[in-house]
Amino acid sequence: MDLLRTLGDRTLERLSGLGRASIMWGHAVWGLPTLRELPLVIRQIYNFGVLSIVIIILSGFSIGAVISLQFYTQLSRFGAEDAVGLGLALVLLRELGPVMTGLLFAGRAGSAVTAEIGLMKTTEQLSSMEMMGVDPLRRIVTPRLWAGVISMPLLAAMFNVVAIYGGLIVAVQWLGGDEGGYWSGMQENVEIWNDLGKGVVKTVIFALLVTWIAVFQGYDTDPTPEGIGLATTRTVVTSSVMILAVDFILTLSMYGEF
Amino acid sequence: MRMRTVEISVGAFVLAGALSLVFLAVKVSGVSLGQSSSSYVLIARFDDVSGLRARSKVSLAGVTIGRVAAIEVDMAYGEAVVRLEIDGEPGQLTLDTGAQILTEGILGARYVNLLPGADEDTLGDGDYIEDTQGALILENLVGDLITRLGAS
Repeated sequence: MDLLRTLGDRTLERLSGLGRASIMWGHAVWGLPTLRELPLVIRQIYNFGVLSIVIIILSGFSIGAVISLQFYTQLSRFGAEDAVGLGLALVLLRELGPVMTGLLFAGRAGSAVTAEIGLMKTTEQLSSMEMMGVDPLRRIVTPRLWAGVISMPLLAAMFNVVAIYGGLIVAVQWLGGDEGGYWSGMQENVEIWNDLGKGVVKTVIFALLVTWIAVFQGYDTDPTPEGIGLATTRTVVTSSVMILAVDFILTLSMYGEF
Repeated sequence: MRMRTVEISVGAFVLAGALSLVFLAVKVSGVSLGQSSSSYVLIARFDDVSGLRARSKVSLAGVTIGRVAAIEVDMAYGEAVVRLEIDGEPGQLTLDTGAQILTEGILGARYVNLLPGADEDTLGDGDYIEDTQGALILENLVGDLITRLGAS
């Protein structure tokens, strides 16, 4: 009986959490920032985007180099080294670019946002904002949501470019492949909407997902030091799992019918 | 940090991101910016184009001179109608130019190879290439071979 009750309690708790998160998300998305609030968005793009560039470039380079190395050694057994560029470009544009950027974004920017908002709540900055008649949703949540949606596709694009050059350095400079084949393989087969466009759509969805989870976890945290720590962990874990799960669903619906 | 520094770095970030997107579109997807280089269209009908795709290469003597613009099917004749986009001005390929579909290497992509002719007149924009040879399908070849061996 007790077990049943805990189960019911847990379910209701999760449900109400999802409800609160959805209501907050709705408010934040509708609250399109006005021109006066633009500096807030710019400040957040700085936090999300500019400060994430280094980690994006470093991981993009290593991932491009590693995939290129693996593709090259396997494809050269069939004499198809020229397909390295194409394989790398498709893998990056369709899957790895959006997913890796999303995971790094969750770890780098998402956790920071949760901790920041959690601390604001703990130090009662949020309630004092309400007392002053400032809507904390508009002031705190909306700029972060929009900043995330703007910066993540740009970060993913940089990730892809750096990864393609990392792959080029390994396949051409190091392993001695043909540079012309590397580029022309891509240009002939990569399609602008089907590969690049759908990848960008994915990053926008991941950005909404990660910023939503991060902001909500911060907003909903227990106002204690442990609470902030827990919320930060939950942000990273939940966003990572959600990105991978949603990516599978998106891939299935985008590329499933062939 | 001062707001001005933040604004400048955000501006640089957005610019770098936009440039990356343009790079991906142009250099990776191979979309040409602006139709500065002129091109014209030739049409060829093949009995089989399996493996050929839009944006496949069109080559003459091994040099890429254009791309496949579109592939349509003519249900009535059971043929594939391939539109070839050839770079440059019309007036150089002869009227009896032939077209065949070949494969690059063993696992490579299919492409259209043009065979030069000797006619005095040349193909213009929108003209048909008469002499075509479709893709060789391995299964058909093997099937052909088996029937011939059985007959002899």
